Amino acid sequence: MARAYSKTKRFFSFKRKYLCIPYSVFLILFVIIPIFIILVYAFTGSTEDGALYFSFDAFTSFFTSPTKINILVVSLFVGMLNTIICLLIGYPVAYLLANSKVNKNKILVLLFIMPMWINFVLRTGATRDVLSWMGINGGNHPYLATMIGMVYNYLPFTILPLYTTMIKLDKSQLEAASDLGANSFNVFLHNTLPQSLPGIVSASEMVFMPTLSSYVISDTLSEGKITLFGNIIYLNFSQSQWNEGSFMAFVMLILVGISMLVSRHFDRGEQSERRGTLW
Amino acid sequence: MEQNSAIISLSHVKKIFDGTTVVEDFNLDVKPGEFITILGPSGCGKTTTLRMIAGFELPSEGKILLNGEDISYLPPYKRPVNTVFQHYALFAHLDVYDNVAFGLKMKKVPVEVTDRKGNKKIKMKHLSIKEIDAKVSRALSIVDLDEMEDRDVSTLSGGQQQRVAIARAIVNEPKVLLLDEPLSALDHKMRKDMQIELKQMHKKLGITFFYVTHDQEEALTMSDRIVVMKDGVIQQVGTPEEIYNEPINAFVADFIGESNIYNGTMIGKKKVRFIGANWDCVDDFPLNEKVDIVVRPEDVLMVEPEKGTTVGVISSKIFKGVHYEFIVNVGKNEVLCRDTHDHEVGAKVGIVVEKENIQIMHKELSVNQYTDAYINSNGQVVIGEDPFDADLTKLLPGSHLEDEGSTILIGPNGKHYDLNDAEVVAEIDLDKIELSDDLSKGQAQGTIIQSVWIGDHYQYIVRTDDEEDYVVNSPFTWNENDIVSVAVEKEDIKLRLKTPIEELARE
Ligand SMILES: Nc1ncnc2c1ncn2[C@@H]1O[C@H](COP(=O)(O)OP(=O)(O)O)[C@@H](O)[C@H]1O
Ligand SMILES: [Mg+2]
Repeated sequence: MARAYSKTKRFFSFKRKYLCIPYSVFLILFVIIPIFIILVYAFTGSTEDGALYFSFDAFTSFFTSPTKINILVVSLFVGMLNTIICLLIGYPVAYLLANSKVNKNKILVLLFIMPMWINFVLRTGATRDVLSWMGINGGNHPYLATMIGMVYNYLPFTILPLYTTMIKLDKSQLEAASDLGANSFNVFLHNTLPQSLPGIVSASEMVFMPTLSSYVISDTLSEGKITLFGNIIYLNFSQSQWNEGSFMAFVMLILVGISMLVSRHFDRGEQSERRGTLW
Repeated sequence: MEQNSAIISLSHVKKIFDGTTVVEDFNLDVKPGEFITILGPSGCGKTTTLRMIAGFELPSEGKILLNGEDISYLPPYKRPVNTVFQHYALFAHLDVYDNVAFGLKMKKVPVEVTDRKGNKKIKMKHLSIKEIDAKVSRALSIVDLDEMEDRDVSTLSGGQQQRVAIARAIVNEPKVLLLDEPLSALDHKMRKDMQIELKQMHKKLGITFFYVTHDQEEALTMSDRIVVMKDGVIQQVGTPEEIYNEPINAFVADFIGESNIYNGTMIGKKKVRFIGANWDCVDDFPLNEKVDIVVRPEDVLMVEPEKGTTVGVISSKIFKGVHYEFIVNVGKNEVLCRDTHDHEVGAKVGIVVEKENIQIMHKELSVNQYTDAYINSNGQVVIGEDPFDADLTKLLPGSHLEDEGSTILIGPNGKHYDLNDAEVVAEIDLDKIELSDDLSKGQAQGTIIQSVWIGDHYQYIVRTDDEEDYVVNSPFTWNENDIVSVAVEKEDIKLRLKTPIEELARE
């Protein structure tokens, strides 16, 4: 047996590092190359016959267009508002769900996560119908309708990372705080909250940037009255304005980068281990 | 009056978790400034007791008084006691300074203020930053952590984290400091050093220390008084000397230091029989009473064979630095003894024990109890190394076995429990054991090491090869050293699980 084994080994010796080949290929094909293409398009223009040349046209056109800047500001605002509302609703829900007395067999968690399993476009269409049945539609309340749709859509993404953090809260720290004279409110403020910060950061990451770039929700629910950053990128591409579209996608990338840096700041040392993520 | 002089007083405190009594009728008065230690094996309810004093658990019955005031149901943050947790429970998001300052920042003290109209009023105010600074530095210097204020707690060593935990508690100047096995996570050397330091700290601070440990040596070296606990019940309360020299029962004797423990029987006035010999003693117990005998190894004298009260053969020898430690086989019994003189293994020696050094303790012997039994894969209970058939369904009312000889128990709610390898305490009544010459008749066999006539029947002690003793009441006559079999009916074995049955539930 042993000899047979060593023979096969000579033909092909499998090393652990080969396992990362598929991932590297994936990374290059679907991440690195697209980013490179975006960058190229963002800073070039093309002549009539299709030749590319270096240009800041997309750059100037973006920063001199009040409409586009305005859309960026509105998008950031909607993103922040959505993040805050999702956290305000999701935090107490996750807190309760993590309490084994309330949530004995974890079925409640499923109830809150279930909407994630329904097709996103279908779900948004249904939300529109329910809302308009209640008298809220894109015509009369575009912002309200959009926010309701956004919160409904992103709430599960907030609850899940918060929940994973909360079930891992160090109970003995909570006891220590109360032993040292903190009443329930102070225990929450000075211990539960800081302990769950990594979950809050994760949840925000899951909500903030995707809100900016999602255009289906605002399109459907505001009946086209609210344009978010994602909408206008989509619009640009669909109208073959490759350079402007790419430049805005590039702006998006920078925003993602900034938000990663900000969250990294909250995410140091031991605490990162306790950080709950969706994946 | 006695009541008032105690700083902490527990009276008839009881704690029940899911139907299991974990702490039973706990009565204790702790004097101010005392270093008191609860000592007992793991799972005996030490932590639960401490947590009731800290306020994390509420007693099911009974009262906890602090300076005469009932605090039984006060939330933890209102109690003037602080805890050093077993695994420190430091705040990971705060640095050393903020960990220690936490309690001070929460605290409000009454301050006399004069309002605009000139009236004096008492107002509750937070401590000033200056006061907090001063107290934190003082606490850190007490635990030898000066200059460490800005360190992240995750960068500290185990010993340093331990010190932060202590500083964080003592900085609040609690009336009582509760310590739950604070040294158990440290290595041996560091533990020794910390023991001395804790003791010095106790002297310096003058506050009451309420200490919990399963380490008898730690308890003996540090405490003013020790409370020995077993299965939620206090066994003995006393100074380390009292506990060591006059253990009240075999459990305490065994738990505190090494000792020889034997089953004995009173055979006359101040005369007791054990390990196959008759001994003079100083304690008077009724005739025929079953007793536990404790002899410390250092009290066993090794003499020439003809001068000994009994004779044995040395079966092992270990050199321990100042003395040798021998195991001498006397019949089926082993005697652990110490001597500064060397003897050869295999040599015959006489054994003498001064009568003052024979500790005799009353024995609650109504049943044979086996605390190290377990269930094997055939659904039998194993005592020593011998399997007995037993009725496992008694472990859970309304349950039944999946099938005969299986270890899967199905509860009344349909839940499955796997009993294979479950640890149990088995009890067998003295009258429910049948002895027989026919060795194939019983589940176990052993040698009769003692026989006593008690009025109308004999009481025998049968010892098996794996050192389990069966005490048996029988009307029939056997002699010491007879080899007999031991038979027990299935329904006469009482079983109790050592762990909650829910832990055995299968998904
Ligand atoms: N919260 C709880 N719920 C149920 N059982 C518990 C709980 N806490 C402790 N116990 C049980 O109580 C017993 C005593 O525990 P504990 O006081 O922690 O013992 P010790 O500190 O002496 O090791 C153990 O059998 C344990 O399983
Ligand atoms: Mg414990």
